[in-house]
Amino acid sequence: MKLTIKTVWVLLLCITAKYSSAQTDIDAIMMEKNAFCVGPGYSYSSWKNYWEGAKKRENLNLGTVSTQMFAVMGNYGVSNKLNVLFNVPYVVTKASAGTLRGQSGLQDLSLMLKYRAINQKINNSRIALFGLLGGSLPMSNYNADLLPLSIGLQSKTAMARLMLDYYYDNKWFATASATYVYRSNVTLDRDSYYTDQFILSNEVKMPNATSYNIRAGYRTQWLIAEAVLNNWTTKGGFDITQNNMPFISNRMNATSLGANFKFVFRKLPQLSLTGGASHVVAGRNMGQSFNVNGAVFYVFDLNKKEKKDKQGTN
Amino acid sequence: MYINIKQITAAVLICVTVVSCSKEIAERTKNTPALNPANIDLNAGTWKPVLLSAPDEFAVAAPGAASGPGYTAELNEIKGYQKSMTGVQKERLNYWSAGAVFRWNEIMRGLVAKYNLPPFQNPDGTYPVPDANNPFNNPQFPFANPPYASRAYAYVSAAQYDALVAAWHYKKLYNRSAPYKINNTITTLLPQSDLPSYPSEDAVVVGVMIEMLKLFFPGEQATIQQLATEHKNARIMAGMNVRSDIEAGEALGRLVAQKFVTRARGDRAGAAVGTPAIWQQMETQTAATGEMPWISQESPKRPAMLPLFGRVRTWLFDSATLVTTVRPGPPPSTKSEKFKQEVAEVLHYSKNATRAELAIVHYWADGLATHTPPGHWNAIAADDFVGQRFSEVRWARNMALLNMSMMDAAIACWDAKFAYFNPRPSQVNPEIKTWTGLPNFPSYTSGHSTFSGAAATILGRIIPARKTAYENMAREASLSRLYGAIHYRSDCEEGLKCGNVIGGYAIARANLDGAN
Repeated sequence: MKLTIKTVWVLLLCITAKYSSAQTDIDAIMMEKNAFCVGPGYSYSSWKNYWEGAKKRENLNLGTVSTQMFAVMGNYGVSNKLNVLFNVPYVVTKASAGTLRGQSGLQDLSLMLKYRAINQKINNSRIALFGLLGGSLPMSNYNADLLPLSIGLQSKTAMARLMLDYYYDNKWFATASATYVYRSNVTLDRDSYYTDQFILSNEVKMPNATSYNIRAGYRTQWLIAEAVLNNWTTKGGFDITQNNMPFISNRMNATSLGANFKFVFRKLPQLSLTGGASHVVAGRNMGQSFNVNGAVFYVFDLNKKEKKDKQGTN
Repeated sequence: MYINIKQITAAVLICVTVVSCSKEIAERTKNTPALNPANIDLNAGTWKPVLLSAPDEFAVAAPGAASGPGYTAELNEIKGYQKSMTGVQKERLNYWSAGAVFRWNEIMRGLVAKYNLPPFQNPDGTYPVPDANNPFNNPQFPFANPPYASRAYAYVSAAQYDALVAAWHYKKLYNRSAPYKINNTITTLLPQSDLPSYPSEDAVVVGVMIEMLKLFFPGEQATIQQLATEHKNARIMAGMNVRSDIEAGEALGRLVAQKFVTRARGDRAGAAVGTPAIWQQMETQTAATGEMPWISQESPKRPAMLPLFGRVRTWLFDSATLVTTVRPGPPPSTKSEKFKQEVAEVLHYSKNATRAELAIVHYWADGLATHTPPGHWNAIAADDFVGQRFSEVRWARNMALLNMSMMDAAIACWDAKFAYFNPRPSQVNPEIKTWTGLPNFPSYTSGHSTFSGAAATILGRIIPARKTAYENMAREASLSRLYGAIHYRSDCEEGLKCGNVIGGYAIARANLDGAN
């Protein structure tokens, strides 16, 4: 048997891609004070080819490996400058060939604080700077040691992100962000394991990671259409050896390209639809996955008394 | 600012604290204390060897006098090292002080894990066979799968044991004291003992490892030589041995190892891969009995792992005994009601295994890139032996008993697997999906169960206080394969019983080897 990575996808989805472009932790959109945006989302990703180290290959004993994610995500405006975001995903994995059973379960809860430090208008443009802090925590005792069919990595993460948004003529935008992700060690149901050396412990040292994200396109109150470039780089870790299974502390890198949209109903502006797709164009120790996703969001105004005292800040 | 600057500072501080947390792993044997035997087993030179005809089959010359200028020069080497020892050298000295048999067993488990990877298929869907003469090629040599690993552990342990019995014979014969006893200006950095130091027991083990690993891990010579040098020097630095103790020990270890290498070259393991004609014949003759034959579920179809390993030469009983006494009876017929029930039970676990059962599946899986089930039992034994404060020769004797049992278990299990050629549950019912990798060879009996039954039985003899614990572990390891949906209950139960029988032969040997 030999397997691959996929789980990272799940992790990546949590950390970066999220559902397209609706007030997530990776875009420049803020919820106004006391507004609560929440909704269900779904994503499907699959891959047939993967990178074993730098070598691209397929595995007939896995066929196509797919991951479905059902999630509830939300964003609450503590103030116009500070938002709290969460994501609760349920993940289902499956391999189309071979004998290994797919896995499913509640994966990792992620929480983010998003703070807009600068929001400066200059002529026709506006520049905004954001700082984000957050992390993720496994919500169930799922088994992380059967990649690529595990639903997650069991690592607790903490992350910090700096994000810059440039907005022109109230229509065109570009957003760039850089993220550092700390990943805690993970304990496996093992007595020992081999990375690039033999380790007599059940604890696995998890390398940290960085992520870069650039997105640009058209953005108004009613419609967003954007292209996204995302890179995830694990700082350390080791390559999958030939014909080996992937391991949670592999060096997992991926660069993906994608596009997203968001549509807001004019007759019911609280309601919006988002959707998107992305494809991995380069990677290491990861599946070359194609991902599609969609979500429905509804914004509740919890601002009972002082309604309309502040305008949406977009 | 809308948000309190204090809150931001606090958040940043938390972040920094988290990031700066050490992630270093505390490996469980890193700080194992220096070996300080409860009993030096001074008479171990009389213990019964495995292959040696007598403990003095290989001559070791008498050491030079401890009073001459030659010996003074040897003491000066120790003093020279101790004058300028670096932190790294001290750390390595402590590492090796935990025990020669213990550390080299650990090193070998690491090598097994590194090499426990199956060859990648050729473009035409066939598989290349690893070649000992080209260990670096694709595929690498060896594929250290469980039978291969069990054989490597057994030969190495048995050779260490014989070489140490010989060493103990000469230790008592020549009775040369350790340098710190001869000259009081020598500082010992490790526990002192009354064991004569010539030839050095550590160097005996080093000599054995150098020779044996040429055979089992030919691609690792550079690393082995480096470790060997480090180990030998560590003993001199520690003031435990002079260079001539080391040289005599290494030479003895190498000579004894040669005898085991010769046995290994003729034990039929080299032919265990079989041929396409033999593979086909196994399938055809099982089908002819009306039973469903095993078929590889890998894609492309991979030839079964070492189909003729059941014909390899055993340690504890002969080949006639293997077939007449040790081999389990046939599995339930694939047409029987009992078989149907067992398939249904596997399907149940395939769909409903609990998280606790899955933890058991993964703890005992010992699949690709691990030290294999025999390696896992070596780890269990080693962790317990540390607490027993065995002498090096007793360590080796106990490891030899354990590993000869497990190699014989591999032989007996593979004999049964290819005699009955029984299909895996997931072959019989494609609805059965597995929680762990499906091994590419017939189902009956379970290798994990046979290894574990043998290991638990002999370990229960070595440390009687842990007998029940070992039996429980073996039962859990055995059932882990049913929970993982890759074995029927019969495979597990009959494998465990067969392992127990083999462990009984090891106990019989232990009762008569003179070490009690």
